[in-house]
Amino acid sequence: MTPLLEVRGIGKRFGSVVALADVSTRVSAGTVTCVLGDNGAGKSTLIKILSGAHRHDGGEYLIDGSPVRLGSPREALDLGIATVYQDLAMVPLMPVWRNFFLGSEPRKGWGPLRRLDIARAKEITRRELLDMGIDIRDPEQPVGTLSGGERQSVAIARAVHFGARVLILDEPTSALGVKQAGVVLRYIVRARQRGLGVIFITHNPHHAYPVGDRFLLLKRGRGLGEYGRDDIGVAELTRLMAGGAELEQLGHELAGYGDAAERLEEEVTALAAPVESEDEQP
Amino acid sequence: MTLVKENPAASASGRARLLLARPETGALVGALVVFAFFAALSEVFRSPAGIANWLDPAATLGIMAVAVAMLMIGGEFDLSTGVMTGSTAIVTGLVATLLGWNVWLAIGVSLVFAVAVGLLNGYLVMRTGLPSFIITLGSFLMLQGLNLGVTKLLTGTVLIRGLADVPGYHSASMVFASTVSLFGGAFRVSVLWWAALTVLAVYVLRRTAFGNWVYSVGGDVRAARNAGVPVVRTKITLFVATAVAAWLVGTITILRLTSIQANTGIGQELIYIVAAVIGGCLLTGGYGSAAGATLGALIFGMVSQGIVYLGWDADWFKFFLGAMLLLAVLTNQFVRRYAEEARR
Repeated sequence: MTPLLEVRGIGKRFGSVVALADVSTRVSAGTVTCVLGDNGAGKSTLIKILSGAHRHDGGEYLIDGSPVRLGSPREALDLGIATVYQDLAMVPLMPVWRNFFLGSEPRKGWGPLRRLDIARAKEITRRELLDMGIDIRDPEQPVGTLSGGERQSVAIARAVHFGARVLILDEPTSALGVKQAGVVLRYIVRARQRGLGVIFITHNPHHAYPVGDRFLLLKRGRGLGEYGRDDIGVAELTRLMAGGAELEQLGHELAGYGDAAERLEEEVTALAAPVESEDEQP
Repeated sequence: MTLVKENPAASASGRARLLLARPETGALVGALVVFAFFAALSEVFRSPAGIANWLDPAATLGIMAVAVAMLMIGGEFDLSTGVMTGSTAIVTGLVATLLGWNVWLAIGVSLVFAVAVGLLNGYLVMRTGLPSFIITLGSFLMLQGLNLGVTKLLTGTVLIRGLADVPGYHSASMVFASTVSLFGGAFRVSVLWWAALTVLAVYVLRRTAFGNWVYSVGGDVRAARNAGVPVVRTKITLFVATAVAAWLVGTITILRLTSIQANTGIGQELIYIVAAVIGGCLLTGGYGSAAGATLGALIFGMVSQGIVYLGWDADWFKFFLGAMLLLAVLTNQFVRRYAEEARR
């Protein structure tokens, strides 16, 4: 099967600074590819290339098997590549349904009587959100009254409704509490079940592992390797990400600081050891 | 943030609270209370003649308040609205009396002038990214100077008069400044303009895609841009609409008086904003209602005339207005906190 989206040895330089070099990955319909990396690993450069905000200057970017050079996020969107950024494109004071259709309002009538098709907009909003498993009490309620996880989910549902085949999610769980992150992870699984390709960017292996099919690790702008779900465990993922040696060194360093440090050391060890994920799939 | 605590068991009250959260609810309650108060104390106030009397100042204020409310929902201010009611009337007056053009033609020239000022205000705000408060303060002062300077230069006085002798005056006056007798009260036609404009504004804001864009550009301009809303076009349109509303009020004023003072309208711009805020508009944009602004103007009209009927000193009017404003701002603050509070 041709992947929906694939990059081969892709790279980007800003002047003499190499932001990303020789990174390869792909995402097929109905799978989740997780991109993991610490701050400054090149995650955002990769997203910006994929979403059309930056043009790559090395390697190949293929959509449905044919090479593309995207000039704008609009072009990416037209090809079905939708990006949901962490700071969402949502207006908190506006009702859910108005946000859902913002910029692409359904209309009826003609001439000066061309107006919003409010009944249809509300109906579609409710249905699309239900399909994602979000039960909005009332589409008239302001988005600001939704929880962080629900807001992310509305943004995802909107992208799906407007024809996204590949969803790029930029750190959707990083600002959320454990429970809310679970809500979002659930919607990622649902999007996968609906046959979308999902690229899930995160720095938390415990969020990535339960939902991911493939894991791409980035470090200092380079690919540290790509693994299938069966090839790697969450502990190994964590170790690779943080750099196992660095974690151990941190543990030794902390050992010198008495009680509080001991507890911290235990935490660090626990983090590196296998952990049951707190957010189970539904 | 402890004012409203969401209790899942009491979610039946959610709908009621949603209704309470409508921007115009406060203004509606306020209008009813003010009406009941003056109607109980003054017989004239509740007679048709009295009603016609307090609807008149409410109408010209209401036309402006509705337009200003839309602009504020869109996240911008316009301080040149007051002086523009004078400027547009002066343009009409000068063109008609000095050039002897038909009044309708003069009104047309004045409309073109209003659109141009609106476009300029909007373009400068969008182009520079500076607060509209400052940009329109500049155009306010410039227009104030122009109104006096040009009028003195061309007429030698600060008053333009003699519109009644110009052809076209009577038909134009019928449309903009006539009076309709109803149940013994002489109702100004401006009340109809006000009502029509309110209906139009409510329709546009609630029922059209443009209305959606207005709320979004005031609520979160970055989110609106990301969603593909034409931000610049939306905001400039709002500035133009505000200037055109000022043109309507200016036209009504000059046709009613057949003359115009060069300082007409100055100081009114803040009153328009007050009416919009009493009607539920947030100063930060993204929230408010046209119907609310109309109610705010109604309250204003009732109080200004009601105090006269009761024989009170007119000074109390300002005190009352200030109190209403404070009350409204506090209510709005509460509403916004509620709306922005995340349910976790």
